[in-house]
Amino acid sequence: MEPKQPIINLEGIYYSYPGTPPILKDLGLTIFKGNRIGLVAPNGSGKTTLFHIIMGLLKPSAGRVNILGKDRQTEQDFKDVRRRIGLLFQDADDQLFSPTVLEDVAFGPLNLGKSKEEAIATSRKTLEFLGLDDFEDRITYKLSGGEKRLVSLATVLAMEPEVLLLDEPGNALDSGMRSRLIDVLNHLSITFMLISHEFDFIAETTERIFSMEHGKLFQDDEVHVHTHRHSHRVGRQPHEH
Amino acid sequence: MVRERNHRAPEAKAPNHRGRKNDDGRQTCNSQPATRNLAQKTKHKTLNTKPNPMITEPFTVGNSFVHRVDPRLKLVFAVMLSCIVAVADSLSTLFAGLAIALLLIVLARLDGWAVLKRLAVVFGFMAFIWVVLPLTYPGVPLVEVGPLQLSRPGVLLCLKITLKSITILSILIALVATTTLSAIGNALHSLGVPGKLVYLLVMTYRYIFVIENEYQRLIRAARIRGFQPGTNIHSYKTVAFLTGMIFIRASARAENVYRAMLCRGFNGEFHTLGPVAPYTRNKAFTVLTSAAFIIILGLEIWNQSSP
Repeated sequence: MEPKQPIINLEGIYYSYPGTPPILKDLGLTIFKGNRIGLVAPNGSGKTTLFHIIMGLLKPSAGRVNILGKDRQTEQDFKDVRRRIGLLFQDADDQLFSPTVLEDVAFGPLNLGKSKEEAIATSRKTLEFLGLDDFEDRITYKLSGGEKRLVSLATVLAMEPEVLLLDEPGNALDSGMRSRLIDVLNHLSITFMLISHEFDFIAETTERIFSMEHGKLFQDDEVHVHTHRHSHRVGRQPHEH
Repeated sequence: MVRERNHRAPEAKAPNHRGRKNDDGRQTCNSQPATRNLAQKTKHKTLNTKPNPMITEPFTVGNSFVHRVDPRLKLVFAVMLSCIVAVADSLSTLFAGLAIALLLIVLARLDGWAVLKRLAVVFGFMAFIWVVLPLTYPGVPLVEVGPLQLSRPGVLLCLKITLKSITILSILIALVATTTLSAIGNALHSLGVPGKLVYLLVMTYRYIFVIENEYQRLIRAARIRGFQPGTNIHSYKTVAFLTGMIFIRASARAENVYRAMLCRGFNGEFHTLGPVAPYTRNKAFTVLTSAAFIIILGLEIWNQSSP
């Protein structure tokens, strides 16, 4: 598993929202096949912006976006990218717009040109993989927050992407749903990168941790979660050092 | 707290994935009892203060004869029956139509009280017509009360309008309101209604709930800071801000939804899965409603030709 060609390669990316200083400054990012990457950074540091640039939803003001071995610039270029890279949005309500779960999961496969029967079969398979077998006819807006998150993951996985980008997947989940999601991620065999501000979520699902600061991305291997034993009074209480 | 987790996480990096996860889940609970309780309380409270949803589909729940009919058939016959009742003119036709509508409601085994409550919307409007039309419509007086004359054609017209409205609404309740909106969307699409219109309908319905949620959040935020609506500039201003905010959020939401659709390969073309549930009562329903349609049509033609 020593691939030479990166799946995603960004160089010198600049991006700024109108009327604000640039949020991404000379950002570089390289992801290889099989990588499982966690991205930790403070709020408002441009993590979501970065994902949207990879998907072609936002256009960087400068820089080179090379995805799956090709430079991507036009909308047409990104159409191909979106078929092969799946993005899980931060807010599941953005992703689930069909009335029933099955229709929503089948939306992607239908767009890829599959027949109704194929789309339904793929969707059922994906739902089963996520342990959502009996969810087909559930009404999307009546799902709980955690269920919505898992179903939106199903909508992305049903497109059988080569890479998965997850925007705060562990956010606002109760501990049961959270461990279920971690379990799912650990059983996936595809490349993924996830944003989270929870170190333990990242530690349990990923093998490398990237961080972002001042519009730049740091992907050195030195940022590793590590453990060291120590003891002092009231050490049982949550605390900082 | 983040730091504390930071310390705990690596110790969980044991080879056995499953076991450690459970272990970790338990630890998380134990280490932050206060936060969890708070979270639960808040959740509980939100549930309690959450008002009844604006829109419910009470009639879609059921397993009656009508519920088991293909939505496409229901839509087609609902339109046909409504149209013929709307253009019919003789009283006997209208009474026959009403009887058929009531029969459909009985067949759908709907709660009579709930149906009456739905019909109440029309009753108010009808009351207004009954007050105005008999007094103002020119024609032979039916009753004379002092200086007031109730015209005969006016009363007849009121009766017809009332019958037609109640009949059409009952048909729609029995046939359309017993179908979930997603099934209606699918049925419309397979009947040839353009995908864009169908999606407009279905997505409006989907996001009304999200927008309502956002509205409730804003109202709650205003209320916990002591906002009391009154007749003053401050109240008007606040309500205007809230309204504006809802529009801004709705448009931001729309943009995000569109992006999410693009990410899943959306290219302007809409697909639906079509009717999926097993619909079994199609033949019986077609025979019944066709017969009803022919009876109404026949009655009307017979009445028109022999005045």
